[in-house]
Amino acid sequence: MGEPVNPGYTEHHAKWHRRRIPIFWWLGNAAYTKFIVRELTSLAVGYAALVLVFQVWSLERGPESYAHFVSWLQLRPVVTLHVVVLGALVYHSVTWLNLAPRALVLRLAGRRLPGAVVLLLHYGAWLVASAAVLWLLLAA
Amino acid sequence: MTQPVIFEIQRYRPEIEDEPTWESFEVSCRPEWMILDALNHIKDYVDGTLSYRWACRMGVCGSCGMLVNGKPVLSCATYVTSVLPGPVRVEPLRGFPVIRDLVGDITDFVRKLESVKPWIVRESEQPLEEGEYLQTPEELGEYKQYSMCINCMLCYSACPIYELDPDFIGPAVIALAQRYNLDSRDEGSEERKDILLSQDGIWSCTFVGECTTVCPANVDPAGAIQRYKVTATVDAFKALLPWASR
Repeated sequence: MGEPVNPGYTEHHAKWHRRRIPIFWWLGNAAYTKFIVRELTSLAVGYAALVLVFQVWSLERGPESYAHFVSWLQLRPVVTLHVVVLGALVYHSVTWLNLAPRALVLRLAGRRLPGAVVLLLHYGAWLVASAAVLWLLLAA
Repeated sequence: MTQPVIFEIQRYRPEIEDEPTWESFEVSCRPEWMILDALNHIKDYVDGTLSYRWACRMGVCGSCGMLVNGKPVLSCATYVTSVLPGPVRVEPLRGFPVIRDLVGDITDFVRKLESVKPWIVRESEQPLEEGEYLQTPEELGEYKQYSMCINCMLCYSACPIYELDPDFIGPAVIALAQRYNLDSRDEGSEERKDILLSQDGIWSCTFVGECTTVCPANVDPAGAIQRYKVTATVDAFKALLPWASR
């Protein structure tokens, strides 16, 4: 090794280099991009919860307030936004449920159930909950 | 029959430069060569100052992890032919401060690994005359997968959380803590809890999942972390029950 030519270097002392992390570090790798999109769809989940809260709130304030809320829901830009939100919610739910077998270990008679069973149970519960909501809507 | 391959290798020689630079080498590679063989060829015949770690050359010691074309791999277990056509870009593992060329400083990992006591902790040992601690195949199956970890740190390199927040104790350390937590002979899970449930423990993990994808030993660190999250949550709720022991 030659003589040090970097004035910032002291011989026999480590001089570590740390990479500066670019802001868009998650764009270079499909798995990271998918992860960030999954995280971002949490905003859609939060938004959907807020809409539900406002819906209940306007219902509680009387028929006029509720009719006003429903007419807001029917505005074209709102409908467009909610189609996008629905897509984000489905993406969030599917990616979330697909991860369930990695986190949950279920046992039956001392034996570990395969991941597919855990997955089916989760999708089954989702289906039942969706059917219950649909039944409530149709019954109304 | 050899094939010329261009390797672009990240160099960092602190006595010469403040920032890493790239250096190209053309190497005539034989079809059976791994990336490590090409690096050894460069070191032996072209530039002896090239620095990198390696030891066993058979995917067991976990020393030769590096980024090849941006992916964390063991260089001794990655065929040159699998990353062609070149140029093949070789960088040090992400997340670790670089000391020289492809050598990262792994002190942080070793310190964190020690902190979770990756050994069997017993409150008291049974007398020798009682023989060894027996285990059923089911009990072995509970932790065996996690015991395959070779401490290669590829999972740290693949984990964006670790690079963004270096205080995170990281995938392999949690998987190895779980390796002992799930061992029927171990009684140390309470002692590991403080570290695993700390702010820099399991809750820092946002389940990117790449740690599992890159693991050369088929350990599932992401799964270990999520399983521990479920266990910790169930324990926390159990502690709230009126009949829970305090």
